[in-house]
Amino acid sequence: MLHYPITVTTIRASKPGPRYNPVAMLWIPSDLHAEMVAHCLVGLPDEACGLLAGDAEAGEVSICYPARNAAKSAKVYTVDPRDMLQADKDAESRGIEIIGVFHSHTHTDAYPSPTDVDQAPDPGWHYVIVSLRDTHPVVRSYTIVDGEVEEESVVVLNDALVPG
Amino acid sequence: MPVDVRLPTLLRSQTGGRSTVSVEGKTIGDILNELVAQYPGMGGQLLNEDGTLHRFVNVYVNDDDVRYLDLLDTPVKPGDEVSILPAVAGG
Repeated sequence: MLHYPITVTTIRASKPGPRYNPVAMLWIPSDLHAEMVAHCLVGLPDEACGLLAGDAEAGEVSICYPARNAAKSAKVYTVDPRDMLQADKDAESRGIEIIGVFHSHTHTDAYPSPTDVDQAPDPGWHYVIVSLRDTHPVVRSYTIVDGEVEEESVVVLNDALVPG
Repeated sequence: MPVDVRLPTLLRSQTGGRSTVSVEGKTIGDILNELVAQYPGMGGQLLNEDGTLHRFVNVYVNDDDVRYLDLLDTPVKPGDEVSILPAVAGG
């Protein structure tokens, strides 16, 4: 049994596409999930942030772009505009697109704050929050459409665990 | 001389899905006003009512954010690439 310190769901082989699964989900490979959490931990005591790119229709992340928090704050974040442009251009060159943003909450739950909801830039994006309030980081994801917050499942993919 | 403007996903519904459009203008202000003239639906998302740059968008000339240049007065010359992206922030 491979030990991995986060919940790993090994269903890649039979991963349903959006046609079969109308419920919003975020699919993220385990190494990118770990990279995202690590970037948040390294960013302490400030909030950390980054962008997720991949297949918008499937909700599957294929690249994580850690970004600088231009606000340099423990309470708010601003993805450094230069990092935003670089990530967008890189994603475009790979034929994928930015599909979401992650950021940490250093002392609160992994739930969107009123500021997160007000400033959510794109109703098609996934909004991932990494709570570092407790010793063990908590990762949750949401959609934010017209101010309405809906939680979605985060499925962590680990190819190493898929049989065959 | 038109300049290529890269649009964020959210604004592409206004351009029939096109991710890049060509717009005439000598400054970023000219370019944004011309965009709004051609695609009125973009108006509220790019500029405030007083004509200043909306705080939820970032506009770049090549690799530089116009907020670190001369904002709407930032000059644009033929061959430059203008990019518009969401300003991603929260709490």
